[in-house]
Amino acid sequence: MPVTIDDVRHVATLARLAFSDEELEGFTSEMNAILAHFERLREIRVEGVEPAYRILRRTNVLREDEIGEALSQEDALANAPDQDGGFFRVPGFLPES
Amino acid sequence: MRLHELTYTEVRKGLSAREFSARELAAAVLDRIESVEPSVRAYLRVRGRDEVLADAASADRARDTGGAAGPLAGVPVAIKDNIVTRGLVTTAGSRILEGFVPPYDATAVERLRGAHAVIVGKTNLDEFAMGSSSENSAFGPTRNPHDLSRVPGGSSGGSAAAVAAGEAVLSLGSDTGGSVRQPAGFCGVVGVKPTYGRVSRYGLIAFASSLDQIGPIAADVEGAAALLSAVAGPDPRDSTTAALAVPDFASALDEGARGVTIGLPAECFGAGLDAEVGEAVLSAVDLLKREGALVRSVSLPHTGHGIATYYLVADAEASSNLARYDGMKYGRRAPVEGDLVDSYSATRSGGFGSEVRRRIMLGTFALSAGYRDEYYVRAQRVRTLIARDYARAFGEVDAIVTPTSPTTAFRLGERIDDPLAMYLSDVYTTQANLAGVAAMSLPCGLSAQGLPIGLQITVDAFRERDMFRIARAFERAVGLPRLIPEF
Repeated sequence: MPVTIDDVRHVATLARLAFSDEELEGFTSEMNAILAHFERLREIRVEGVEPAYRILRRTNVLREDEIGEALSQEDALANAPDQDGGFFRVPGFLPES
Repeated sequence: MRLHELTYTEVRKGLSAREFSARELAAAVLDRIESVEPSVRAYLRVRGRDEVLADAASADRARDTGGAAGPLAGVPVAIKDNIVTRGLVTTAGSRILEGFVPPYDATAVERLRGAHAVIVGKTNLDEFAMGSSSENSAFGPTRNPHDLSRVPGGSSGGSAAAVAAGEAVLSLGSDTGGSVRQPAGFCGVVGVKPTYGRVSRYGLIAFASSLDQIGPIAADVEGAAALLSAVAGPDPRDSTTAALAVPDFASALDEGARGVTIGLPAECFGAGLDAEVGEAVLSAVDLLKREGALVRSVSLPHTGHGIATYYLVADAEASSNLARYDGMKYGRRAPVEGDLVDSYSATRSGGFGSEVRRRIMLGTFALSAGYRDEYYVRAQRVRTLIARDYARAFGEVDAIVTPTSPTTAFRLGERIDDPLAMYLSDVYTTQANLAGVAAMSLPCGLSAQGLPIGLQITVDAFRERDMFRIARAFERAVGLPRLIPEF
């Protein structure tokens, strides 16, 4: 089933990306072309095959909980686009009461 | 002596014999950068001359005060710009990280500094390592030193071009689906994708965490082996590193190819492969046979499904990894009126280039409700089948030999408007990442147009020693001259 422009608009919202209508149309045809190539995976019988979620056989790597070095507040804030009094400053996201 | 033309092996000999100092070598490399960078543009940033020379002088002192000079002491190394370097701007080739100064070093970088390697600068790449030509860099493309109208490959195009052009002796790249091997092949140098878990990913800006590995690039096999030895090994800061000691790669180099069994998968020599490339690879196999290797055919039946599987898995992981770029704690924030979500969307849409946005969209789609099982989970099941193909093949042979890429370097602009055509240049490389095994590319000849052709050697997980052994045996037997382009 081909992907529609509304599907693409929904995915853009999920991905926190904004596009013009023209860009959305471009993405829709591109995604359909790429997904058509990916359709060939349907030729393979995968029933009963475990998904390869991890490629190393290592699991549950544990370590002692020890105090180590951490970034200083100054270093942590050094790249902040906006800061105030030792905090990251971000756009408001709670409704004003 | 033109110091910038020396391979790692020659550099190491010259430094040990005091034929030249690390400072002289660094100065020669910096001069070379000054003269060729306007054409090649391998670097996004070269460190200040004084800083580089001071590091080189300190490597000289370490050598003079006895004993402490390891195999990388005084060797100029370039670092791909998606590997963080404390105090040295790191952008991953993206506007969204423009001006980002990392507060810490990647483990690989920390180990290089500890080994007294001389870090020269940060190399260009496709934005967030997403691409096969280095044209997706937000800061302009790198050019292939052997033909400036052609791409160096990607995503580690800057790292491969820097070594090929004599602008660094060694470099680090990263390989998620061929991003070290394909540019190494296109630029006529040696590039290694180590086994998943061999090299710490701490400080490697994440693209697809189950596939990413940092890998070395050099003009010679010994250089690649030395650089891998220096950066490999367990790291408590990356729990996916394997708890295995790093074998002695250097001692493998003289063991020769006698008695090793090499497998040729028919699936990698069929439609889509340039005739010249196929012939060069098959004559390399003949040479290995004369060196005493046994050759037989093997089957990798899911080869034709590698690209689709790879792009679904990689893009799904990328869409999750790149969610962190929201313009809040670091990176660029778009000035926008509105709420937090408006700020995120404006920041991300303006900060990411078109290929990165395309990958995030594909990955988000593949993970979204209603499509996840059909795309992402199915791809992960096929990935299991691909890993089984390799496990079966490595039950029969020690190594698998294929071309690195189906073609030699293509022209700038040739594939940039056709994402699928670009993706297909990774047709022989993505499977090693999906299966978690080790692979490398090394030069095996030139096309009629004088463009390098890459030979890929793949070995089972943690068998890099066998890979280096075969690669060095081939390199010695073929005796290709080092090509240093002039402009």
